[in-house]
Parts: sequence; C-alpha cells; structure tokens
Amino acid sequence: MKKDIILSGVGGQGILSIATVIGYAAIDSGLFMKQAEVHGMSQRGGDVQSHLRISDREVCSDLIPFGGADMILSIEPMESLRYLPYLSSDGWVITNSTPFNNISNYPEIEDVMKEIARIKNHILIDADDIAKNIGSPMSMNMVMIGAASDYLGLDFGRLEKGIKFIFGRKGDEVVNKNLEALKTGREFTGNFLKK
Amino acid sequence: MEKMLLLGDEALAQGAIDAGLSGMYGYPGTPSTEIMEYVQRSKTAADRNIHRKWSANEKTAAESALGMSYAGKRSMCSMKHVGLNVASDCFMNSAITGANGGIIVAVADDPSMHSSQNEQDSRNYGKFALMPTLEPSNQQECYDMAFHAFGMSEKYQIPVLMRLTTRLSHSRSGVLPKQPLEQNELKLPEDKRQFVLLPAIARKRYRILLANQEKFEQESESSPFNSYHEGSDKTTGIIACGIAYNYLMENYIGTQCPYPVLKISQYPLPRNHIEKITSECDTVLVLEEGSPMVEEMLKGYLGSCLKVRGRLDGSLPRDGELNPNLVLQAVTGKDVDVLSVPQVVATRPPKFCNGCGHIDAYNALIEVMKEYGDGHVLSDIGCYTLAALPPFQAINSCVDMGASITMAKGAADAGLFPSIAVIGDSTFTHSGMTGLLDAVIENTNMVVMILDNSTTGMTGGQDSHAVDRLVSICEGLGVDKDHITRVVPLKKNHDEMVKLIRQEINYKGLSVIIPTRECMQTLKRKTKANK
Repeated sequence: MKKDIILSGVGGQGILSIATVIGYAAIDSGLFMKQAEVHGMSQRGGDVQSHLRISDREVCSDLIPFGGADMILSIEPMESLRYLPYLSSDGWVITNSTPFNNISNYPEIEDVMKEIARIKNHILIDADDIAKNIGSPMSMNMVMIGAASDYLGLDFGRLEKGIKFIFGRKGDEVVNKNLEALKTGREFTGNFLKK
Repeated sequence: MEKMLLLGDEALAQGAIDAGLSGMYGYPGTPSTEIMEYVQRSKTAADRNIHRKWSANEKTAAESALGMSYAGKRSMCSMKHVGLNVASDCFMNSAITGANGGIIVAVADDPSMHSSQNEQDSRNYGKFALMPTLEPSNQQECYDMAFHAFGMSEKYQIPVLMRLTTRLSHSRSGVLPKQPLEQNELKLPEDKRQFVLLPAIARKRYRILLANQEKFEQESESSPFNSYHEGSDKTTGIIACGIAYNYLMENYIGTQCPYPVLKISQYPLPRNHIEKITSECDTVLVLEEGSPMVEEMLKGYLGSCLKVRGRLDGSLPRDGELNPNLVLQAVTGKDVDVLSVPQVVATRPPKFCNGCGHIDAYNALIEVMKEYGDGHVLSDIGCYTLAALPPFQAINSCVDMGASITMAKGAADAGLFPSIAVIGDSTFTHSGMTGLLDAVIENTNMVVMILDNSTTGMTGGQDSHAVDRLVSICEGLGVDKDHITRVVPLKKNHDEMVKLIRQEINYKGLSVIIPTRECMQTLKRKTKANK
C-alpha cells in the first residue's frame, strides 16, 4: 500500500489541518508516513503545498517524485492545477471549487474549471458551500478529506478518530460538526461519481 | 516507547532535550525556527528547567550556548544558514576554545531559497572551522544525532555542527525516542585558560584542534551514520550526502541499487569509505544538497585522474535543491513524462496580511517619495520586504539583517538625498542598533523608519526583544529626542504620517520614525487564546 498525496491551497487556508488528520489516521493504522510542508514566506497568502506520503513500508524521500502522486487534494481550484506535474497518469485531482482570489490577475474561473474537467480522474466539490450548509463554514477542510476519503487507503473510522483526537479539546460540538463535514464530503463524492 | 510524529527540527529538539540539554538559544529564521519553538512548548523542557528563550541575534545565541558549555552543561543554539554568518565570529573561535559541556550548533540551510536571500551550504563552515559536522538524512537521525553529537563534543572538547536542510527541517515522520539522560552538573573547565584566546594560548589550542582532525576522521570512519552499501555494477559509485540518500533510494523501492552507494552523514569525510568507492568504481557520482563541496574535494584543483560527476559537470543542476527526479536522471539518464502546468495558472506571490500596519506605513512613505522618484529606500529582512513586490515596489534593497540603516548611511554619505532606511523592530534589535549608533556619531542626514509590529513576524510571530523598548534604545544610542516619533500606522492617520515623513526628511540630521501597531497574526492568535 502506498498513497502519495499533494495537498495544495493558499497560505492561511489551513491545508496543514488536513495533513494532521490524515497523518494521524495513517500512524494509527500502523503505516509509515512522511509529510513535508511549507513554512515561512509563502504562508503569507502565497501558494502552499504539502507532500503527504503514506506507505506500508518505510518512506524514503520527503518529496513525492514528479509523475508519482496518487492524488492532488486541493482546497482551491487554480492551486489544484499548479501541481499537475506531480500527478501520476491514473491519479485523482480532488478539489474545492471555490476560488481564493487574492491576486489581481486571477484567471476567469470558467477557464480554470475547463482545465480541471480535462483531467481524467477529477472530483470537483464546493466544499465552502457544503460546510456553510451544515452550519460550520470552518469545517471546509474536513469536507475535503471526506470527499477524498474513499481514495486514501485508510479506514473511514480512523479518519473519524483523527478528527476526534485533533478537535477533542475544543469540545463535542466542534468535533461533531467536523465529523458531519467529513461524512457529507464523502457522500458528495459518492453522488458525484454516479452522475 | 511509542513513536512520536515530529518535524526534522522537532526531532533534533526532542533528541537534545532527551540527551541532557540544559540551555537552548537561537534567533528565528526559516527553516530553523521550529527547533526552539519545540523546546519552548515542551513539557519535559519546562519540567527540567531548560533555558529556552530567544536571543537578540545568532551571535549572542552562539555565545550564550558557548558560555553554558563553559559552565559544563550541554547547550544548543539554532539558526538559519545566513544566521551562521552573524554567529561566525563565535563559531570559528569556538572550534579553537573547544567545549566543556557538549555543544551543538544547529543550522538549517535553505537550498532553492524558499525563504532566504542565498543558499549557502553550512557544511563549508564546518570544514572551514575544522569542526565535526553531522548531516542527518531523516527525522530519526535528527533525534539520534543529538546524543551522538553531545557525546562527541564532550569526548573531544569540540562544538559539533549539525546541518539540516529545508525538506528535512519541515518534514514530519515517526521517531522512536530513547531513554532520557540526566543533565550535567555545573562544572568549570579543568584548564581555566582553555577559553582565553590570547595569541600564545590560541596557538596551543589551534594545534590541539589540528591534531584532533585525524581522530575526527576516524570517528567518521566508524560512525553509524556513514554506511557503505555494496553493489555489483562498478561502472559508477554513488556518494549520497544527507537527504540526497533518500532521493536516491526513492528510485529503488522494492529493488536493489545496482551501484555501490556510500551514504555520508558525518564529516570530515570517512577516508576509508571514500578510498574504497573511488578505487573500485570507474566513475563516482556525488549527490549533495547545496554546494558541490564533496565533489570539489574529490576532484581537487587539477581535476585528478578520478572521474567525478555531480553539480560541476552538469549531471545535476549547479544550484537549487535536489529531488528524486533529478537524482534519477543523474543516475540513469532517464526522465519521466509528466503533465504540464496549464497556462491559466497565475503566480501567487506572498503578500501583506489584510489589515497589516506595514501597508499603511508604506502608503504614506510612497506618497512622500513620489516627489523624489525611485531609489531612495534601503530596506531589510522581514515581512516588510514584501513591499518590494507590486503594487508597492517601495524598497530598493534587502541584503542582510540590519543593512538597511548602514546602507542608507553609506548612501547618505555619498550624497543621496533623501536617504531612507526601513527596518522591522526585531531586525533592529538583532543588528540595526549598532548601525544607528554609527549614524548618531555623524548625525547623518537620513530618516530611519522602524516598522514596529511588536513581533518577529515573517517566521511566525516569535517574541521580539524590541517590544516597548524602541524609543528608549534610540534615545540611549543618542538620537535627538525631538526627532524620535511614534505614530500609529492606520489609514485614518495617513495625512499625519505623510506630514511627519516629509518634515523629518527636511530636517538636516538623523531622524527615527516608529510606526507601531501589532502584527495581525499575533493579534488574532491572542484574541483567540483569550476567548
């Protein structure tokens, strides 16, 4: 078992919380893991990515090789495209569809969507909207994990356990909202692929 | 014991704590910041009463660590690669004084300059100072090497340089901890003149350092961190340093690398292994993160008869960090077909946070500088350097910590008018104060703007020594009280700031303007914590 995942987004959007939950679930499953992240300058609203590698054997490189990623999990649509050179030929792009527009030359969103549609395996999800609908806009990242959950090679229960562990000290209400976000994201993917 | 999930930086910090650390010193700098932050957060460090406060700069950090070593206890100082330039006076001489309690100089390099102004390779400093140097290849080694380094440091009375690079510093993995060691007792050096580098003593100490080189080499030859892996295809032998070893092995998962491989994680180079790989292989390929240090050593000035490949002959790029693909290409000549980035993707450079006080300070400065044209603002290193990018494009330099004030002084000396320095509060207490003193002595005709956000912002909001002290520091250095002015950088104060900057430019002498408003990030964090 090996899952190489590029997590992408914009500095400040919180891709590291995604890495923390998936990483917890991986370690809890007795798997090996390496997760390289970006600190420093780009965290000020620049593009950020994290290389998350999970395997049943020792992981060598902290970086995923080009053409080797099983998934690009992005919380911003344009950012999902920036890392395409990392994607393997049968890899998945799972991306939030809500743009984070903090630059003056952000492309027409239709053009971004067209490029995403050209990718063989893709899931496009309005995670911001889903999180708002369940009354927890802050849980957008957990909706994204849910949307990706069937492709992570991890038990869904372990992801739930990861959420409980990470949000536990914030109280039951926060935990439950995030669990609901996870579940809703997963259901969305099920329906998306039926279409 | 259970595995801990740690960044490379954190693994080193945890290793040092468990290996009996008594004092941690440092100045924030990407990618080294998390070493100190981890010690500061650590419950064990609190229980063990380990000193763990930031220092004013890397030099004071290294000196304090050396002082703790002098007193017999184990110490560590951390910094980014360019920080070692600041600390280098202490660093170079500490190789000659040697250590008493074990001391680790932990330096995190930033190849590819993700958050830095150069990509200098600190292993060269280790070689320059004749100091043993460790270069971990993974998080477990970061942890284990703390024990190894303290042990070697006390055995040979020598500080040990630990060199990390960005991808290891900021990558997390499972680390198995060891049984913790007790801290050392306070114990002064047996030779009370060991640290007195008067020429007569320094010459003696230097000869000890030179005589120890052979022993350091022997340590490298038997080091558990250097290893030789046999291979049947001897057309090429591969020397892989630090994390380059992982990039190599990434290409042989589930199979065996056919070539002999020498993994290097401890310097000086292990002569036995080097002799073996160069004698049994036709060509040697050197994989190293940073500068072609080992490659140059093997080649020598005239290139010798040995065939060496690496960054110098174009087998690998001369600059930038390595990755598994570059290594694969250097080893096998193979390239992989990959998707390209669609043209629609726009660059997304970092920028000021919404509501940042620097924005208001710069807007005022930009308005005033319209009258004088571009080229008058010498700046420095921190969040405020982002004003070099559009839409501001307001600054003309960013060189090293503190250089804004002294470069503005030099430019003013040359006749530039107006000459403006823009520096942050933490950078000012790091290395700006001494330069300001130079300007005070000559009452240089310049304006220094200290953008005070009351934190070390770019590295994530570490405590700034400058908080509530800037005015008294400037007064103490001798700046005329009437020309030290604080303002609050807010949109509503724009006209006031414009007027003030204009007025101080027209004053023929040294002025300091201090726009003060807390960083939005630290403010947010505090508000959240108080909820």
